Amino acid sequence: MQSLIIRSYTTANCAGIGRDALYHALRDRRSGLAHCAFETVELDTYVGQVPDEALAALRDDLVDFECRNNRLAQLGLRQDGFEHAVARLRERHGAARVGVFIGTSTAGILQTELAYRRRDPTSGALPPDFRYEHTHNTFSPARFVQRYLGLSGPAVAVSSACSSSAKVFGNAQRMIAAGLCDAAVVGGVDSLCLTTLYGFNSLQLVSKKPCRPFDAERDGISIGEAAGFALLEKSEVPIGNDQLALLGVGESCDAYHMSTPHPEGLGARMAMQGALTQAGLNTTDIDYINLHGTATRSNDATEGLAVNMIFGNGVAASSTKGWTGHTLGAAGIIEAIISFIAIEENFMPGSMHTQAIDPAVEIQYLKDNKQAKVLRVLSNSFGFGGTNCSLVVGRAQ
Amino acid sequence: MMRVFVDGIGLIAPGLSGWAASAPILAGKTDYVAAPLSIPVLEILPPAERRRTPTVVKLAIAAGCEALANANQPAAQTASVFTSSGGDGDVIHQICDTLTQPDREVSPTRFHNSVHNAPAGYWGIATGAREPSTSLCAFDASFAAGLIEAATQVCVDGRKVLLVAYDAPYPEPINGVRRISAGVGIALLLSPQRSAQSLSEIEISLVPNNTPITKLAQPDLENFRATVPAARALPLLASIAKNERAQIITEYLGDHALQSDIKPCK
Repeated sequence: MQSLIIRSYTTANCAGIGRDALYHALRDRRSGLAHCAFETVELDTYVGQVPDEALAALRDDLVDFECRNNRLAQLGLRQDGFEHAVARLRERHGAARVGVFIGTSTAGILQTELAYRRRDPTSGALPPDFRYEHTHNTFSPARFVQRYLGLSGPAVAVSSACSSSAKVFGNAQRMIAAGLCDAAVVGGVDSLCLTTLYGFNSLQLVSKKPCRPFDAERDGISIGEAAGFALLEKSEVPIGNDQLALLGVGESCDAYHMSTPHPEGLGARMAMQGALTQAGLNTTDIDYINLHGTATRSNDATEGLAVNMIFGNGVAASSTKGWTGHTLGAAGIIEAIISFIAIEENFMPGSMHTQAIDPAVEIQYLKDNKQAKVLRVLSNSFGFGGTNCSLVVGRAQ
Repeated sequence: MMRVFVDGIGLIAPGLSGWAASAPILAGKTDYVAAPLSIPVLEILPPAERRRTPTVVKLAIAAGCEALANANQPAAQTASVFTSSGGDGDVIHQICDTLTQPDREVSPTRFHNSVHNAPAGYWGIATGAREPSTSLCAFDASFAAGLIEAATQVCVDGRKVLLVAYDAPYPEPINGVRRISAGVGIALLLSPQRSAQSLSEIEISLVPNNTPITKLAQPDLENFRATVPAARALPLLASIAKNERAQIITEYLGDHALQSDIKPCK
């Protein structure tokens, strides 16, 4: 598969709004997690919430899309000169030749949760101002991003739980390889809502403390929200070493259980191996692994096992969910972006909140930040339904 | 332009129970007779899973199983693309309703069933398929988006791909804002090479969206096409059933419609 150039990227999440803010939070070890004060939620947990006041009303022509999820998407699109980078490629290739592939698990379901509180007392009908198609529907963030950026090429929402916004890199690769697009906006948007907070709580997967990935005492996730986007373009000439590139994507299924990973990490290993194979790289070519590392007992144990079986303990690895929380459908893109930052800054973030690394996990898990040459990063994203995706990003040569 | 071969088809909709029984109806050789949706028992799922499996999941798995059986293709070695215009309305309704109650006690099973990729997850558990699988949504354009994704996998990765499109009606009050008239599950096993199993060859391309969409002559079937996004596949299936050369235009997005140039293989 031909490597794609990463022309621009941007993010908005609780640890930082914009690329530099996120980098500084990582470097200075400032987590974005805080005790949950979201909406009317009464749960003893920490969340990664983007401040409400940062979520501006949607652009005038897009008011039908009004919901927290699309506001978060808009906040992300407005950072890091991303809109201008997209505009340049729109001019170069034409609006119909730039695809939009967006991962989400929540879309704007919060809007439906709120509308259910305002049902007509007699008929039970949802309020007349409720816009299902533009808010709750899974396609809503993809359509919103497409309209916001003035694009009209192929578009789709990928919704495979927590691997969604890693898998969109594969959609872009295939669409460009098949000649349907010349460039693509990929990304993910997931926002806080009661369904995920109470849902993960019902599965007893939510920690009462800020999540502690790979800690011996880890006891669950902290849910976060985020938007992140990357602009990919095909290259007619070999990609230079000054460029960031998408080098490989590996996808697989566990075929095991809806909400528990395969105990020997079989699907995870297939995804990592698939990404390395597509990139034409060996394990020794990887300088840093950004783990899925949700901080549940079983996820970290099986991911640690899978990484050990492929990489041994030879490659530095960490989860960055202690900064951002688990942003679910946006986790893949946020961690791809942290991987881009790691390469650009020659910087490996050490795990936040992790006190004592689980001795059962035999990998080179970083507790402290580290400055070292980073040319290529592997990033893992795994989700409910046993869906796995690994990305390899970095310098092409 | 992308070329794929259709090696097997699965179809479940009210009055359309399986490809063998439905092909003569779609070809106009047999009259359509309205009947309630009937999903075959899924022997493939363990009994415990079968009990708690939601309707849309059953619909998707039943259609997928039929397409693979008709193509004589083992599920475990097949990549899959699942596409739906919105997923499981029943489970979303139950969760949103629970969240208006004082205790907000969301059922854990319901919560893990609420993910859009629940059918893909159950499919993997049932079949042991560890090949790549994705779960897509493009609202009314979900079938075309799924066909494009499956075709890119077939053409770029050079492998067989199972495409499953499914939708089911929402309960009230969501039905009041998003009406889907029937449960429909459609599956196509697509292959990069022509084989003894191949029914049709399809050349897929994007065309300007001012091209008129292909409709169905039979009013009940046309009603499904117009009111169930997964049933946007029916004109394509009807041409395969007629074993004729045809050009089918399907609703897509933005500046584009999807054109399928169909040629019989048999």
